[in-house]
Amino acid sequence: NVTRVSLLLRHSQMTEIKMETCFSHNQIIYLYSQFTSLDKGENGTLSWEDFQWIPELVIKSLGDWLISAFFQEGKDQAGFRESAKSTNCTLLFDYGLDKNDKIFHNELFQVLRMMAGVNVTDEQLGGITDRTIQEADLERDGAISFEEFVEALEKADVKQKVSISFLE
Amino acid sequence: MFLLLPFDSLIVNLLGISLTVLFTLLLVFIIVPAVFGVSFGIRKLYMKTLLKIFAWATLRMERGAKEKNHQLYKPYTNGIIAKDPTSLEEEIKEIRRSGSSKALDNTPEFELSDIFYFCRKGMETIMDDEVTKRFSAEELESWNLLSRTNYNFQYISLRLTVLWGLGVLIRYCLLLPLRIALAFTGISLLVVGTTMVGYLPNGRFKEFLSKHVHLMCYRICVRALTAIITYHDRKNRPRNGGICVANHTSPIDVIILASDGYYAMVGQVHGGLMGVIQRAMVKACPHVWFERSEVKDRHLVAKRLTEHVQDKSKLPILIFPEGTCINNTSVMMFKKGSFEIGATVYPVAIKYDPQFGDAFWNSSKYGMVTYLLRMMTSWAIVCSVWYLPPMTRQAEEDAVQFANRVKSAIARQGGLVDLLWDGGLKREKVKDTFKEEQQKLYSKMIVGNHEDRSRS
Repeated sequence: NVTRVSLLLRHSQMTEIKMETCFSHNQIIYLYSQFTSLDKGENGTLSWEDFQWIPELVIKSLGDWLISAFFQEGKDQAGFRESAKSTNCTLLFDYGLDKNDKIFHNELFQVLRMMAGVNVTDEQLGGITDRTIQEADLERDGAISFEEFVEALEKADVKQKVSISFLE
Repeated sequence: MFLLLPFDSLIVNLLGISLTVLFTLLLVFIIVPAVFGVSFGIRKLYMKTLLKIFAWATLRMERGAKEKNHQLYKPYTNGIIAKDPTSLEEEIKEIRRSGSSKALDNTPEFELSDIFYFCRKGMETIMDDEVTKRFSAEELESWNLLSRTNYNFQYISLRLTVLWGLGVLIRYCLLLPLRIALAFTGISLLVVGTTMVGYLPNGRFKEFLSKHVHLMCYRICVRALTAIITYHDRKNRPRNGGICVANHTSPIDVIILASDGYYAMVGQVHGGLMGVIQRAMVKACPHVWFERSEVKDRHLVAKRLTEHVQDKSKLPILIFPEGTCINNTSVMMFKKGSFEIGATVYPVAIKYDPQFGDAFWNSSKYGMVTYLLRMMTSWAIVCSVWYLPPMTRQAEEDAVQFANRVKSAIARQGGLVDLLWDGGLKREKVKDTFKEEQQKLYSKMIVGNHEDRSRS
């Protein structure tokens, strides 16, 4: 409820968030309104449970994976400031990926399994995973590094399509 | 001191008498027109004056904000994200086509960019989904002098505060007691009137009286809320043997529709005051009340409703297929029960103007009594009602498709967003079947029907 926004979102917090993200003043208020609507426990943070109340998110593949991006190491609650940072447009590529991380067969397989559900056999999924790594793995080390990842995406020239477009 | 006492009591007496006279005059001025269904146009004038005051208030707030070099919060009516309504398949094809992918035909393929498509979509729904915002009150463009709708309270000047204070005084000390008196009158008349009519033998006279007792009492209740209603296309009003369906925003919907038409109500038997009203009403004419246990039995409900509509002498049924209150910016899934019965459906669209008072009942936040108090301390409840042309189920459509067709018509007329989501999502989580559908669709895209590819 936006009525409480001005009272709860302190001016200092607002300035910090404006510096850390690319959102405008009004967008931050809108996001905070969404945040408080989801915060059923009214304790200023979101838990895993709270995210499950977004129907459109829950039915999407990778919904769970995305939600985990909101919770930092070892924590199970996400405050508004961290959440705003997580949704920030320019960081769209950093989903749980450290620049030193590599994506191994195992991880890619799991992501694919999340997206396809039970409708694809392990064999088929394994084949697709192998092929994808082969295509992107330029260093030939059996895994996709952050640079190879970005390279693969640049080749496909899809940056435009995978970034979120905001109104106005 | 002794000399002051009789003087004091004189003042008190005079005050008491003048207030009583004023009150009685107002009551008569309002109840009598309600009984005869006429209007003096006072409410419309009231509305116009209020609008001018609200515009002034918003201007002052904007000025206040500019002085401090801040921005005023302006609500986003369509959310903050540009969403295009294309399907999963189409969007993924678009992404792949725009890139320099090797496969130019439609062979099933997985691309790394698919992950990002899903991530982007997911992130968009976290920031701004279609469902969460439907269960909280709509945001206003300009402030209406109610503290409950103020998002920019730090920019209120002294003058504005005084105006707001005056508003509080008028609403709580003048309007509220008046409205409570009216509501009390309306409800008592309804109970007493319908009980008395119930003693008459069945026949045309009983029907005539019953209709007018109902209408009169609902009209008094309408004035108890200072509801300013504009009815459109009254020629399409529901007839006997039909079912009237409307979008649901609040329990007030019933009062709004029933003050312009004579309906048979459908609902669960309640205890308390509600129960008293229900028992009285059913004496005068056949409403359809279900016991708590009967509500779960869908066949029983369908049977009783079917029996009712087949009897052409009985009144049209009033039903709200969404099953719960939505905040009047969208229409959510219609439950198919009423559409399976096979009667003519008369759709009605109700759109409230939240500027004068938001009618939405957020049942998870406010109980009924708090809600009614909020209603009676708002400026007014303003709404438009459109009676849409009757619809019947076509041969090739099933109940769900018919329900969706009616829902779209109502959404279009009322200027509301047409959603397929179930209003029950207010209290329950979404079913797993939806997720499984999405997964199935995507699987087809990456694996398709080519069994041989799995071995390469």
